[in-house]
Amino acid sequence: MRTKIEVHEVTKAFASNKGRLEVIDSVSFAVRESEFVAIVGPSGCGKTTLLNLMAGFIRPDAGTVVIDGSPHSRPDSRGILISQQGSVFPWLTVRENLMFGLNGHAPAGNAGIADHYADIVGLKGFEDSYPHELSGGMLKRAELARALVVKPEILYMDEPFAALDALMSLRMRNELLRILAKERHTVLLITHDVEEAIHLADRILVLSSRPARIRATFDVPFSHPRRLSSAAAQELRTAILRELGVDETGDDDACPAGPG
Amino acid sequence: MQRLKESLPALAVIAVLIAAWWGAVIGTHSLIFPTPWAVVTGSWELIENGTLWQHISASLMRVGIGFGLAVCVALPLGLWMGWMQGAYRTLNPLFQMLRPISPIAWIPIAILWFGVGDASPIYLIFISSVFPMVVQTTVGVHTIEKRYLRAAENFGVSRRTLFTRVVIPAVLPQIVVGMRIGLGVAWLVVVAAEMIALHSGLGYMIMDSRNAGNRYDLVIAGMIIIGLIGLSLDRLMRSLERMRSVRWRYAH
Repeated sequence: MRTKIEVHEVTKAFASNKGRLEVIDSVSFAVRESEFVAIVGPSGCGKTTLLNLMAGFIRPDAGTVVIDGSPHSRPDSRGILISQQGSVFPWLTVRENLMFGLNGHAPAGNAGIADHYADIVGLKGFEDSYPHELSGGMLKRAELARALVVKPEILYMDEPFAALDALMSLRMRNELLRILAKERHTVLLITHDVEEAIHLADRILVLSSRPARIRATFDVPFSHPRRLSSAAAQELRTAILRELGVDETGDDDACPAGPG
Repeated sequence: MQRLKESLPALAVIAVLIAAWWGAVIGTHSLIFPTPWAVVTGSWELIENGTLWQHISASLMRVGIGFGLAVCVALPLGLWMGWMQGAYRTLNPLFQMLRPISPIAWIPIAILWFGVGDASPIYLIFISSVFPMVVQTTVGVHTIEKRYLRAAENFGVSRRTLFTRVVIPAVLPQIVVGMRIGLGVAWLVVVAAEMIALHSGLGYMIMDSRNAGNRYDLVIAGMIIIGLIGLSLDRLMRSLERMRSVRWRYAH
Protein backbone atom coordinates (compact mmCIF):
# COMPACT_ATOMS: atom_id res chain seq x y z
CA MET A 1 0.00 0.00 0.00
CA ARG A 2 1.27 3.50 -0.84
CA THR A 3 2.81 5.90 1.64
CA LYS A 4 0.42 8.57 2.94
CA ILE A 5 2.54 10.53 5.37
CA GLU A 6 6.28 10.77 5.56
CA VAL A 7 7.89 12.40 8.58
CA HIS A 8 11.49 13.07 7.71
CA GLU A 9 14.07 13.95 10.39
CA VAL A 10 11.76 16.39 12.12
CA THR A 11 13.29 18.41 14.94
CA LYS A 12 11.57 20.97 17.16
CA ALA A 13 12.67 23.05 20.15
CA PHE A 14 10.78 25.69 22.11
CA ALA A 15 12.20 28.73 23.88
CA SER A 16 11.58 28.55 27.60
CA ASN A 17 12.79 30.58 30.56
CA LYS A 18 15.50 27.98 31.08
CA GLY A 19 16.74 28.36 27.53
CA ARG A 20 16.01 26.14 24.57
CA LEU A 21 13.84 23.15 25.31
CA GLU A 22 14.46 20.31 22.87
CA VAL A 23 11.13 18.59 22.33
CA ILE A 24 11.56 16.44 19.24
CA ASP A 25 14.90 15.19 18.06
CA SER A 26 15.19 13.98 14.48
CA VAL A 27 12.11 11.78 14.25
CA SER A 28 11.47 9.89 11.01
CA PHE A 29 8.72 7.44 10.12
CA ALA A 30 6.21 6.76 7.38
CA VAL A 31 2.50 5.99 7.56
CA ARG A 32 0.77 3.98 4.85
CA GLU A 33 -2.62 4.87 3.47
CA SER A 34 -5.47 3.62 5.70
CA GLU A 35 -2.98 2.58 8.34
CA PHE A 36 -3.76 3.09 12.03
CA VAL A 37 -0.63 4.15 13.88
CA ALA A 38 -0.60 4.66 17.64
CA ILE A 39 2.11 6.71 19.33
CA VAL A 40 2.80 5.99 22.98
CA GLY A 41 5.36 7.58 25.23
CA PRO A 42 5.92 9.03 28.69
CA SER A 43 3.88 12.10 29.54
CA GLY A 44 5.48 15.36 28.54
CA CYS A 45 7.69 13.67 25.96
CA GLY A 46 6.44 15.71 23.04
CA LYS A 47 3.73 13.45 21.58
CA THR A 48 1.26 16.30 21.22
CA THR A 49 3.91 18.50 19.59
CA LEU A 50 4.64 15.74 17.09
CA LEU A 51 0.96 15.47 16.21
CA ASN A 52 0.60 19.24 15.85
CA LEU A 53 3.63 19.24 13.54
CA MET A 54 2.09 16.55 11.37
CA ALA A 55 -1.27 18.33 11.22
CA GLY A 56 0.48 21.56 10.23
CA PHE A 57 -0.30 23.68 13.31
CA ILE A 58 3.42 23.99 14.16
CA ARG A 59 6.37 24.31 11.77
CA PRO A 60 9.41 22.11 12.46
CA ASP A 61 12.81 23.71 13.05
CA ALA A 62 14.33 21.14 10.72
CA GLY A 63 13.02 18.27 8.66
CA THR A 64 9.80 17.94 6.65
CA VAL A 65 6.34 16.43 6.82
CA VAL A 66 5.28 15.15 3.42
CA ILE A 67 1.69 14.15 2.73
CA ASP A 68 0.76 12.53 -0.58
CA GLY A 69 4.18 13.41 -1.92
CA SER A 70 4.04 17.16 -1.28
CA PRO A 71 5.35 19.12 1.73
CA HIS A 72 2.70 19.93 4.32
CA SER A 73 3.03 23.17 6.24
CA ARG A 74 -0.43 24.38 7.22
CA PRO A 75 -3.57 22.73 8.56
CA ASP A 76 -6.36 21.91 6.15
CA SER A 77 -9.48 19.76 6.16
CA ARG A 78 -7.70 16.77 4.64
CA GLY A 79 -6.39 16.04 8.13
CA ILE A 80 -8.57 16.83 11.14
CA LEU A 81 -7.14 17.05 14.65
CA ILE A 82 -9.23 15.81 17.56
CA SER A 83 -7.76 17.09 20.80
CA GLN A 84 -8.13 15.84 24.32
CA GLN A 85 -10.12 18.84 25.62
CA GLY A 86 -12.35 18.77 22.58
CA SER A 87 -13.37 21.71 20.46
CA VAL A 88 -17.08 21.25 19.72
CA PHE A 89 -18.42 24.82 19.59
CA PRO A 90 -20.65 25.30 22.66
CA TRP A 91 -22.71 28.02 20.94
CA LEU A 92 -23.81 25.81 18.05
CA THR A 93 -26.18 22.86 18.12
CA VAL A 94 -24.91 19.41 17.23
CA ARG A 95 -26.23 19.80 13.68
CA GLU A 96 -24.70 23.26 13.29
CA ASN A 97 -21.39 21.94 14.59
CA LEU A 98 -21.46 19.09 12.11
CA MET A 99 -22.29 21.46 9.25
CA PHE A 100 -19.53 23.86 10.28
CA GLY A 101 -16.77 22.27 8.25
CA LEU A 102 -18.88 22.19 5.10
CA ASN A 103 -18.58 25.97 4.88
CA GLY A 104 -21.60 26.62 2.74
CA HIS A 105 -20.84 24.17 -0.05
CA ALA A 106 -24.08 22.61 -1.29
CA PRO A 107 -26.03 24.13 1.59
CA ALA A 108 -29.26 22.33 0.69
CA GLY A 109 -27.71 18.94 1.34
CA ASN A 110 -25.62 20.02 4.32
CA ALA A 111 -28.20 19.27 6.99
CA GLY A 112 -28.75 15.86 5.44
CA ILE A 113 -25.04 15.04 5.49
CA ALA A 114 -24.76 16.29 9.07
CA ASP A 115 -27.69 14.17 10.23
CA HIS A 116 -26.26 11.13 8.46
CA TYR A 117 -23.03 11.38 10.46
CA ALA A 118 -24.90 12.16 13.69
CA ASP A 119 -26.69 8.88 13.07
CA ILE A 120 -23.43 7.01 12.38
CA VAL A 121 -21.89 8.02 15.72
CA GLY A 122 -25.13 7.33 17.59
CA LEU A 123 -26.34 10.88 18.14
CA LYS A 124 -29.64 10.45 16.33
CA GLY A 125 -32.28 12.51 18.12
CA PHE A 126 -29.72 14.95 19.55
CA GLU A 127 -29.14 17.00 16.38
CA ASP A 128 -30.79 20.08 17.89
CA SER A 129 -29.17 19.77 21.31
CA TYR A 130 -26.48 22.13 22.51
CA PRO A 131 -23.16 20.65 23.67
CA HIS A 132 -23.81 21.57 27.30
CA GLU A 133 -26.86 19.33 27.19
CA LEU A 134 -24.72 16.31 26.21
CA SER A 135 -22.68 13.89 28.32
CA GLY A 136 -18.91 13.57 27.97
CA GLY A 137 -19.18 10.50 25.75
CA MET A 138 -21.77 12.13 23.49
CA LEU A 139 -19.55 15.19 23.17
CA LYS A 140 -16.74 12.96 21.91
CA ARG A 141 -19.12 11.42 19.40
CA ALA A 142 -20.10 14.88 18.18
CA GLU A 143 -16.43 15.80 17.83
CA LEU A 144 -15.74 12.64 15.85
CA ALA A 145 -18.79 13.14 13.65
CA ARG A 146 -17.82 16.75 12.90
CA ALA A 147 -14.43 15.50 11.74
CA LEU A 148 -15.94 12.71 9.61
CA VAL A 149 -18.40 15.04 7.86
CA VAL A 150 -15.65 16.71 5.84
CA LYS A 151 -14.39 13.28 4.73
CA PRO A 152 -10.82 13.82 5.93
CA GLU A 153 -8.14 11.51 4.64
CA ILE A 154 -6.32 11.61 7.97
CA LEU A 155 -7.54 11.75 11.56
CA TYR A 156 -5.08 13.02 14.15
CA MET A 157 -6.33 11.97 17.56
CA ASP A 158 -4.65 13.32 20.68
CA GLU A 159 -5.74 11.18 23.63
CA PRO A 160 -9.35 11.56 22.51
CA PHE A 161 -10.87 9.25 25.11
CA ALA A 162 -8.61 10.04 28.06
CA ALA A 163 -11.21 12.20 29.82
CA LEU A 164 -13.88 9.47 29.67
CA ASP A 165 -14.46 6.78 32.25
CA ALA A 166 -13.07 3.31 31.49
CA LEU A 167 -16.36 1.85 30.29
CA MET A 168 -17.20 4.77 28.00
CA SER A 169 -13.64 4.79 26.70
CA LEU A 170 -13.92 1.12 25.74
CA ARG A 171 -17.27 1.72 24.09
CA MET A 172 -15.86 4.63 22.06
CA ARG A 173 -12.94 2.49 20.90
CA ASN A 174 -15.36 -0.08 19.52
CA GLU A 175 -17.41 2.66 17.84
CA LEU A 176 -14.28 4.06 16.26
CA LEU A 177 -13.29 0.65 14.87
CA ARG A 178 -16.79 0.14 13.50
CA ILE A 179 -16.67 3.51 11.70
CA LEU A 180 -13.13 3.02 10.41
CA ALA A 181 -14.09 -0.34 8.93
CA LYS A 182 -16.48 1.59 6.66
CA GLU A 183 -14.62 4.82 5.99
CA ARG A 184 -10.96 3.70 5.84
CA HIS A 185 -9.22 6.80 7.15
CA THR A 186 -5.53 7.00 7.92
CA VAL A 187 -5.34 7.48 11.69
CA LEU A 188 -2.66 8.72 14.05
CA LEU A 189 -3.55 8.17 17.68
CA ILE A 190 -1.65 9.50 20.64
CA THR A 191 -2.34 7.65 23.84
CA HIS A 192 -0.75 6.84 27.16
CA ASP A 193 -2.88 3.70 27.36
CA VAL A 194 -0.94 0.73 25.95
CA GLU A 195 -4.05 -1.45 25.90
CA GLU A 196 -5.92 1.14 23.88
CA ALA A 197 -3.04 1.18 21.38
CA ILE A 198 -3.05 -2.63 21.07
CA HIS A 199 -6.83 -2.65 20.75
CA LEU A 200 -6.90 -0.13 17.88
CA ALA A 201 -3.63 0.20 16.02
CA ASP A 202 -1.92 -1.63 13.17
CA ARG A 203 1.44 -0.36 14.36
CA ILE A 204 2.67 1.19 17.60
CA LEU A 205 5.53 3.68 17.89
CA VAL A 206 7.12 4.02 21.32
CA LEU A 207 8.74 7.39 21.98
CA SER A 208 11.52 8.11 24.44
CA SER A 209 11.20 10.82 27.06
CA ARG A 210 12.06 14.36 26.00
CA PRO A 211 13.49 15.08 23.51
CA ALA A 212 11.32 12.53 21.74
CA ARG A 213 13.00 9.94 19.57
CA ILE A 214 11.48 6.75 18.26
CA ARG A 215 12.55 4.10 20.71
CA ALA A 216 10.83 1.09 19.22
CA THR A 217 8.19 0.10 16.68
CA PHE A 218 5.75 -2.78 17.15
CA ASP A 219 3.47 -4.29 14.55
CA VAL A 220 0.14 -5.46 15.89
CA PRO A 221 -0.56 -8.58 13.84
CA PHE A 222 -3.97 -9.44 15.35
CA SER A 223 -7.13 -9.28 13.27
CA HIS A 224 -10.26 -7.48 14.50
CA PRO A 225 -12.17 -8.04 16.73
CA ARG A 226 -9.23 -8.32 19.07
CA ARG A 227 -9.13 -10.13 22.38
CA LEU A 228 -6.83 -8.16 24.66
CA SER A 229 -6.69 -11.00 27.14
CA SER A 230 -5.04 -13.39 24.66
CA ALA A 231 -1.52 -14.53 25.53
CA ALA A 232 -0.02 -12.90 22.42
CA ALA A 233 -1.65 -9.54 23.21
CA GLN A 234 -0.44 -9.69 26.80
CA GLU A 235 3.06 -10.51 25.60
CA LEU A 236 3.02 -7.49 23.28
CA ARG A 237 1.76 -5.32 26.11
CA THR A 238 4.62 -6.43 28.37
CA ALA A 239 7.16 -5.78 25.63
CA ILE A 240 5.82 -2.23 25.02
CA LEU A 241 5.69 -1.46 28.73
CA ARG A 242 9.28 -2.63 29.04
CA GLU A 243 10.27 -0.14 26.34
CA LEU A 244 8.48 2.53 28.35
CA GLY A 245 10.58 1.55 31.35
CA VAL A 246 7.82 -0.15 33.31
CA ASP A 247 8.72 -3.59 34.61
CA GLU A 248 5.57 -5.60 35.19
CA THR A 249 7.08 -7.50 38.08
CA GLY A 250 5.96 -4.50 40.15
CA ASP A 251 9.05 -2.34 40.13
CA ASP A 252 7.82 0.89 38.58
CA ASP A 253 10.78 2.96 39.71
CA ALA A 254 12.49 2.56 36.38
CA CYS A 255 9.72 4.58 34.70
CA PRO A 256 11.42 7.46 32.87
CA ALA A 257 8.31 9.60 32.78
CA GLY A 258 9.09 13.27 32.41
CA PRO A 259 7.19 16.11 34.08
CA GLY A 260 3.44 16.35 33.53
CA MET B 1 -46.11 31.45 46.50
CA GLN B 2 -42.48 30.40 46.90
CA ARG B 3 -41.28 33.59 45.23
CA LEU B 4 -43.48 35.68 47.49
CA LYS B 5 -41.90 33.98 50.47
CA GLU B 6 -38.42 34.68 49.16
CA SER B 7 -39.07 38.39 48.61
CA LEU B 8 -40.73 38.82 52.01
CA PRO B 9 -37.56 39.96 53.87
CA ALA B 10 -36.81 42.56 51.16
CA LEU B 11 -40.36 43.91 51.35
CA ALA B 12 -40.13 43.98 55.14
CA VAL B 13 -36.98 46.15 55.03
CA ILE B 14 -38.67 48.61 52.68
CA ALA B 15 -41.76 48.72 54.92
CA VAL B 16 -39.60 49.40 57.98
CA LEU B 17 -37.76 52.21 56.17
CA ILE B 18 -41.00 53.85 55.08
CA ALA B 19 -42.36 53.61 58.61
CA ALA B 20 -39.18 55.17 60.03
CA TRP B 21 -39.33 57.95 57.45
CA TRP B 22 -42.94 58.64 58.26
CA GLY B 23 -42.27 58.65 61.98
CA ALA B 24 -39.29 60.98 61.60
CA VAL B 25 -41.23 63.53 59.54
CA ILE B 26 -44.11 63.61 62.02
CA GLY B 27 -41.77 63.61 65.02
CA THR B 28 -39.70 66.56 63.81
CA HIS B 29 -42.75 68.55 62.58
CA SER B 30 -40.83 69.21 59.35
CA LEU B 31 -42.50 71.73 57.07
CA ILE B 32 -40.45 70.93 53.97
CA PHE B 33 -39.67 67.21 54.04
CA PRO B 34 -42.72 65.26 52.82
CA THR B 35 -44.34 62.20 54.36
CA PRO B 36 -44.57 59.03 52.23
CA TRP B 37 -48.25 59.77 51.72
CA ALA B 38 -47.44 63.22 50.35
CA VAL B 39 -45.13 61.51 47.84
CA VAL B 40 -47.96 59.24 46.78
CA THR B 41 -50.41 62.10 46.28
CA GLY B 42 -47.69 64.14 44.53
CA SER B 43 -47.01 61.26 42.13
CA TRP B 44 -50.72 60.95 41.45
CA GLU B 45 -50.85 64.64 40.63
CA LEU B 46 -48.07 64.17 38.05
CA ILE B 47 -49.82 61.17 36.56
CA GLU B 48 -53.12 63.01 36.35
CA ASN B 49 -51.84 66.14 34.63
CA GLY B 50 -49.78 64.03 32.24
CA THR B 51 -46.39 65.65 32.89
CA LEU B 52 -44.92 62.43 34.31
CA TRP B 53 -45.25 60.61 30.98
CA GLN B 54 -43.70 63.52 29.15
CA HIS B 55 -40.66 63.47 31.43
CA ILE B 56 -40.29 59.70 31.36
CA SER B 57 -40.54 59.48 27.59
CA ALA B 58 -38.10 62.38 27.14
CA SER B 59 -35.52 60.62 29.33
CA LEU B 60 -36.05 57.24 27.71
CA MET B 61 -35.81 58.77 24.24
CA ARG B 62 -32.44 60.34 25.06
CA VAL B 63 -31.13 57.10 26.55
CA GLY B 64 -32.45 55.14 23.58
CA ILE B 65 -30.67 57.32 21.01
CA GLY B 66 -27.42 57.77 22.96
CA PHE B 67 -27.17 54.13 23.97
CA GLY B 68 -28.21 52.93 20.51
CA LEU B 69 -25.47 55.00 18.87
CA ALA B 70 -22.98 53.69 21.42
CA VAL B 71 -23.91 50.08 20.60
CA CYS B 72 -23.52 50.75 16.87
CA VAL B 73 -20.04 52.17 17.41
CA ALA B 74 -18.80 49.97 20.29
CA LEU B 75 -19.54 46.52 18.89
CA PRO B 76 -17.71 46.82 15.55
CA LEU B 77 -14.92 48.79 17.20
CA GLY B 78 -14.53 46.25 20.00
CA LEU B 79 -14.51 43.31 17.57
CA TRP B 80 -11.96 45.06 15.38
CA MET B 81 -9.72 45.96 18.32
CA GLY B 82 -9.98 42.45 19.69
CA TRP B 83 -9.12 40.81 16.40
CA MET B 84 -6.42 43.14 15.09
CA GLN B 85 -3.40 43.37 17.35
CA GLY B 86 -2.35 46.65 15.71
CA ALA B 87 -5.71 48.33 16.28
CA TYR B 88 -5.61 47.23 19.91
CA ARG B 89 -2.14 48.60 20.50
CA THR B 90 -3.02 51.88 18.81
CA LEU B 91 -6.39 52.62 20.39
CA ASN B 92 -6.43 50.83 23.73
CA PRO B 93 -4.18 53.31 25.61
CA LEU B 94 -6.39 56.19 24.48
CA PHE B 95 -9.58 54.43 25.58
CA GLN B 96 -8.08 53.40 28.89
CA MET B 97 -7.31 57.08 29.52
CA LEU B 98 -10.72 58.41 28.45
CA ARG B 99 -12.67 55.72 30.30
CA PRO B 100 -12.12 56.92 33.89
CA ILE B 101 -13.22 60.48 33.09
CA SER B 102 -16.62 60.93 34.70
CA PRO B 103 -19.40 61.80 32.24
CA ILE B 104 -20.22 64.74 34.52
CA ALA B 105 -16.83 66.24 33.65
CA TRP B 106 -17.91 66.28 30.01
CA ILE B 107 -20.96 68.47 30.69
CA PRO B 108 -19.31 71.86 30.02
CA ILE B 109 -17.82 70.61 26.75
CA ALA B 110 -21.12 69.00 25.76
CA ILE B 111 -22.91 72.33 26.29
CA LEU B 112 -20.20 74.18 24.37
CA TRP B 113 -20.45 71.80 21.41
CA PHE B 114 -24.11 70.92 21.37
CA GLY B 115 -25.87 73.69 23.30
CA VAL B 116 -28.63 72.99 25.78
CA GLY B 117 -30.96 70.95 23.57
CA ASP B 118 -31.35 67.19 23.34
CA ALA B 119 -27.99 66.67 21.70
CA SER B 120 -25.97 67.39 24.86
CA PRO B 121 -27.43 64.64 27.06
CA ILE B 122 -27.39 62.25 24.10
CA TYR B 123 -23.70 62.95 23.62
CA LEU B 124 -23.04 62.41 27.33
CA ILE B 125 -24.91 59.12 27.30
CA PHE B 126 -22.98 58.03 24.24
CA ILE B 127 -19.60 58.93 25.77
CA SER B 128 -20.37 57.19 29.05
CA SER B 129 -21.76 53.94 27.66
CA VAL B 130 -19.49 53.43 24.65
CA PHE B 131 -16.28 52.73 26.60
CA PRO B 132 -17.50 49.89 28.82
CA MET B 133 -19.00 48.19 25.77
CA VAL B 134 -15.81 48.56 23.70
CA VAL B 135 -13.74 47.17 26.56
CA GLN B 136 -16.04 44.19 27.20
CA THR B 137 -16.20 43.29 23.51
CA THR B 138 -12.42 43.51 23.14
CA VAL B 139 -11.88 41.36 26.22
CA GLY B 140 -14.43 38.92 24.82
CA VAL B 141 -12.46 38.49 21.60
CA HIS B 142 -9.20 38.12 23.52
CA THR B 143 -10.61 35.39 25.73
CA ILE B 144 -11.93 33.15 22.95
CA GLU B 145 -10.36 29.80 23.69
CA LYS B 146 -7.55 28.90 21.31
CA ARG B 147 -8.90 25.42 20.69
CA TYR B 148 -12.00 26.82 18.96
CA LEU B 149 -9.97 29.06 16.65
CA ARG B 150 -7.71 26.12 15.89
CA ALA B 151 -10.65 23.93 14.99
CA ALA B 152 -11.93 26.63 12.65
CA GLU B 153 -8.48 26.89 11.08
CA ASN B 154 -8.36 23.12 10.70
CA PHE B 155 -11.63 23.03 8.76
CA GLY B 156 -10.30 25.78 6.52
CA VAL B 157 -13.50 27.83 6.64
CA SER B 158 -13.84 31.24 4.99
CA ARG B 159 -13.24 34.43 6.96
CA ARG B 160 -16.95 35.11 6.83
CA THR B 161 -17.81 31.76 8.39
CA LEU B 162 -15.06 32.24 10.96
CA PHE B 163 -16.61 35.54 12.04
CA THR B 164 -20.30 34.66 11.91
CA ARG B 165 -20.03 31.14 13.35
CA VAL B 166 -17.08 31.37 15.74
CA VAL B 167 -15.90 34.83 16.73
CA ILE B 168 -19.21 36.67 17.13
CA PRO B 169 -21.10 33.88 18.90
CA ALA B 170 -18.12 33.31 21.18
CA VAL B 171 -18.06 36.99 22.16
CA LEU B 172 -21.84 37.45 22.40
CA PRO B 173 -22.11 36.70 26.14
CA GLN B 174 -19.44 39.35 26.86
CA ILE B 175 -21.26 41.79 24.58
CA VAL B 176 -24.44 41.27 26.56
CA VAL B 177 -22.55 41.96 29.80
CA GLY B 178 -21.10 45.11 28.24
CA MET B 179 -24.54 46.27 27.12
CA ARG B 180 -25.92 45.76 30.60
CA ILE B 181 -23.15 47.87 32.11
CA GLY B 182 -23.52 50.46 29.34
CA LEU B 183 -27.25 50.87 29.76
CA GLY B 184 -26.88 51.14 33.53
CA VAL B 185 -24.37 53.96 33.13
CA ALA B 186 -26.54 55.63 30.48
CA TRP B 187 -29.48 55.79 32.86
CA LEU B 188 -27.32 57.30 35.62
CA VAL B 189 -26.01 59.91 33.22
CA VAL B 190 -29.26 61.01 31.60
CA VAL B 191 -30.67 62.14 34.93
CA ALA B 192 -27.51 64.07 35.77
CA ALA B 193 -27.38 65.64 32.31
CA GLU B 194 -31.02 66.73 32.45
CA MET B 195 -30.45 68.54 35.72
CA ILE B 196 -28.25 71.10 33.97
CA ALA B 197 -30.23 72.95 31.35
CA LEU B 198 -33.25 71.33 29.76
CA HIS B 199 -37.01 71.62 29.93
CA SER B 200 -37.98 67.98 30.08
CA GLY B 201 -36.84 64.66 31.47
CA LEU B 202 -36.86 63.15 34.93
CA GLY B 203 -33.68 64.99 35.92
CA TYR B 204 -35.25 68.30 34.94
CA MET B 205 -38.46 67.37 36.77
CA ILE B 206 -36.52 66.89 40.02
CA MET B 207 -34.65 70.18 39.80
CA ASP B 208 -37.74 72.06 38.67
CA SER B 209 -39.84 70.71 41.55
CA ARG B 210 -37.29 72.02 44.00
CA ASN B 211 -36.81 75.41 42.32
CA ALA B 212 -40.51 76.04 41.79
CA GLY B 213 -41.64 76.06 45.38
CA ASN B 214 -39.74 73.38 47.29
CA ARG B 215 -41.97 70.52 46.12
CA TYR B 216 -39.87 67.85 47.81
CA ASP B 217 -42.71 65.37 47.49
CA LEU B 218 -42.20 65.52 43.72
CA VAL B 219 -38.39 65.34 44.13
CA ILE B 220 -38.70 62.06 46.01
CA ALA B 221 -41.38 60.78 43.65
CA GLY B 222 -38.96 61.46 40.78
CA MET B 223 -36.15 59.61 42.54
CA ILE B 224 -38.32 56.56 43.15
CA ILE B 225 -39.49 56.52 39.53
CA ILE B 226 -35.88 56.77 38.31
CA GLY B 227 -34.99 53.80 40.52
CA LEU B 228 -37.90 51.71 39.26
CA ILE B 229 -37.19 52.44 35.60
CA GLY B 230 -33.47 51.69 36.09
CA LEU B 231 -34.44 48.38 37.66
CA SER B 232 -36.67 47.44 34.75
CA LEU B 233 -34.01 48.39 32.20
CA ASP B 234 -31.57 46.09 33.98
CA ARG B 235 -34.19 43.32 34.05
CA LEU B 236 -34.62 43.80 30.32
CA MET B 237 -30.89 43.39 29.70
CA ARG B 238 -30.74 40.38 32.00
CA SER B 239 -33.41 38.69 29.95
CA LEU B 240 -30.93 38.86 27.03
CA GLU B 241 -28.68 36.55 29.06
CA ARG B 242 -31.32 33.88 28.81
CA MET B 243 -31.28 33.88 24.99
CA ARG B 244 -30.51 30.48 23.54
CA SER B 245 -27.42 31.77 21.76
CA VAL B 246 -25.69 33.00 24.93
CA ARG B 247 -26.98 30.51 27.48
CA TRP B 248 -24.09 28.11 26.80
CA ARG B 249 -21.83 30.52 28.68
CA TYR B 250 -23.78 30.14 31.91
CA ALA B 251 -24.76 26.48 31.65
CA HIS B 252 -22.70 23.82 33.37
